[in-house]
Amino acid sequence: MSVRDLSSVLAAAKAENRAALVGYLPAGFPTIGDGVRAVTAMIEGGCDIVEIGLPHSDPVLDGPVIQTADDIALRQGVRIADVLRTVKEVTAAGAPVLVMTYWNPVDRYGVERFAAELAAAGGAGAILPDLPVEEADLWRGAADKYGLATVFVVAPSNRDERLAKITAAGTGFVYAASLMGVTGTRRSVGAQAEDLVRRTRATTDLPVCVGLGVSNAEQAAEVAGFADGVIVGSAFVKRLLDAEDVETGLAGVRELAGELAKGVRSRA
Amino acid sequence: MSTQETFLPDLDGQVPSARGYFGEFGGKFVPEALVAAIDQVAEEYEKAKSDPEFAAQLNDLLVNYTGRPSALTEVKRFAEHAGGARVFLKREDLNHTGSHKINNVLGQALLTKRMGKTRVIAETGAGQHGVATATACALLDLECVVYMGEVDTQRQALNVARMRMLGADVVPVASGSRTLKDAINEAFRDWVANVDNTHYLLGTVAGPHPFPVMVRDFHRVIGVEARRQIQERTGRLPDAVVACVGGGSNAIGLFHAFIPDAGVRLVGLEAGGHGVDSGEHAATLTAGEPGVLHGSRSYVLQDEDGQIVEPYSISAGLDYPGIGPEHSWLKDSGRAEYRAVTDADAMEALRLLSRTEGIIPAIESAHALAGALELGKELGPDGLMVVNLSGRGDKDMDTAARYFGLYNGSQEGK
Repeated sequence: MSVRDLSSVLAAAKAENRAALVGYLPAGFPTIGDGVRAVTAMIEGGCDIVEIGLPHSDPVLDGPVIQTADDIALRQGVRIADVLRTVKEVTAAGAPVLVMTYWNPVDRYGVERFAAELAAAGGAGAILPDLPVEEADLWRGAADKYGLATVFVVAPSNRDERLAKITAAGTGFVYAASLMGVTGTRRSVGAQAEDLVRRTRATTDLPVCVGLGVSNAEQAAEVAGFADGVIVGSAFVKRLLDAEDVETGLAGVRELAGELAKGVRSRA
Repeated sequence: MSTQETFLPDLDGQVPSARGYFGEFGGKFVPEALVAAIDQVAEEYEKAKSDPEFAAQLNDLLVNYTGRPSALTEVKRFAEHAGGARVFLKREDLNHTGSHKINNVLGQALLTKRMGKTRVIAETGAGQHGVATATACALLDLECVVYMGEVDTQRQALNVARMRMLGADVVPVASGSRTLKDAINEAFRDWVANVDNTHYLLGTVAGPHPFPVMVRDFHRVIGVEARRQIQERTGRLPDAVVACVGGGSNAIGLFHAFIPDAGVRLVGLEAGGHGVDSGEHAATLTAGEPGVLHGSRSYVLQDEDGQIVEPYSISAGLDYPGIGPEHSWLKDSGRAEYRAVTDADAMEALRLLSRTEGIIPAIESAHALAGALELGKELGPDGLMVVNLSGRGDKDMDTAARYFGLYNGSQEGK
């Protein structure tokens, strides 16, 4: 997989006149092995693209749900090598795989080393939400060298000029944060999202996917009405956290992916 | 009168660079959601820095509310235990609210008003920054929310009560190590969600640019005053200036005016906890590696996967796995030196200053005092030191009473 596979999956969804479904789960959660099964269930249930979280000790952009999952993964001793192994194992299910994490683990592991090993594992790219464009040269160089996408996040508070600067530096797609806040499920996805997608599109031909707060088919359909992709994270994590046992949790993940897949096909 | 010019930003400084780098340290590693707000802080601070009205407002508060300039006290009986070197304490403990923190807080609170924001959030470890922030918010009619690790709300219960008395909402943080680092994480999460009306009043010289330079500028007055006072009193510059280092705000405040004085050693004391070799410490510059935490590149206590290692110190204010980027730069350039002081040595210094001088220091500042005892022996009787007494020890009486067994009638303090 590479940035090209990612782009063709997004193009295929567009050709079907629907939004792509992007699912997120942290690696190593609930365990390394069951984490692989959970991501695979997301893909089999209907996710077109997946993001694997590399758990971090200090997830300042994550709400309580993903914090809890990261904590569980880290307490079991998940390492970067395990995350890369997870990427490699889930690629068998056929969807492009991105890694989402904070900058320090990548910086510490070695930027070039991380990019090389992610590409070797079959990863399609990375999302590094605390790495702004101004600090991203080193990463972008490595990502280009290994054919990886660099997905930047844009926020409702970004002015048009800055949006243009960010989208000019990104590849694969643009991650539009639906609201000002951390990850977590929300009752509604605000009007800010649609406006941000419109302003982002004015600066780029890259697909624009919307994340933060989306947790059900209805919201997915609403977002699919104006975005190229719908990103869901905390709702998947919650299915695993709330389940009585792993098998129920995995079934819940598969079921949610199926519902959301219908949602992105019924554009509001 | 020149002694009343207390807001003294470094207008000629060559560092940091435009992007906020001190050498390879600093920068701005933040999510896009915060970029606009941080740019606004930087722009507003640039304007305020050269606005005589801002300086006049801040100077008035620093003189008539805080009580600046703070005293410089020679401590002769204490110095007998420091190899006979002369020791002067820069008395930031005598500021209103009991620590140096108020210098920065008043500056940023005025800035908050200038930006038209109505809500202030802050993190606090020992509670000194939280108390100072709650104080400024009461004075300037700003809503105030303070995040504090759950461990710290317990060991600094007095300061929690003070903040609440001042009208602040204190939120205990139960994630991670439940200390300062986690309080900062939670403050960032709040800021991302409420950035429209909220200023994050960061309490140390860490964080994304422009915080390290702005907070440094607001504390620069400590060193500028000390440099003038020590020369008036002794006719010369000191051999060393000494301060404790958690995030590094009181230390950079003291050090900065002395950086051009090549003959003055800048000595920072980190929290050595149970000893650096024990793994239970917060000695970031002694045992850390460069990394990115809370928005800037600096030394960080971390493992080989870049996960932050939970720090430990008896002092809530020093219990932090990061450090301001300017200190990392001063360390690598060799201009400043940093050492670790154990809990035990700091507590011994706390007792010694109390018994020899009638001054009970904060446990944070006691780390600097312990460092001075050692450094004095190296300098000998001709030595001259200025030690930053960054805060008073009232808030630490419960910890100290338990440590020395004072509650059960022990006279251990003797």
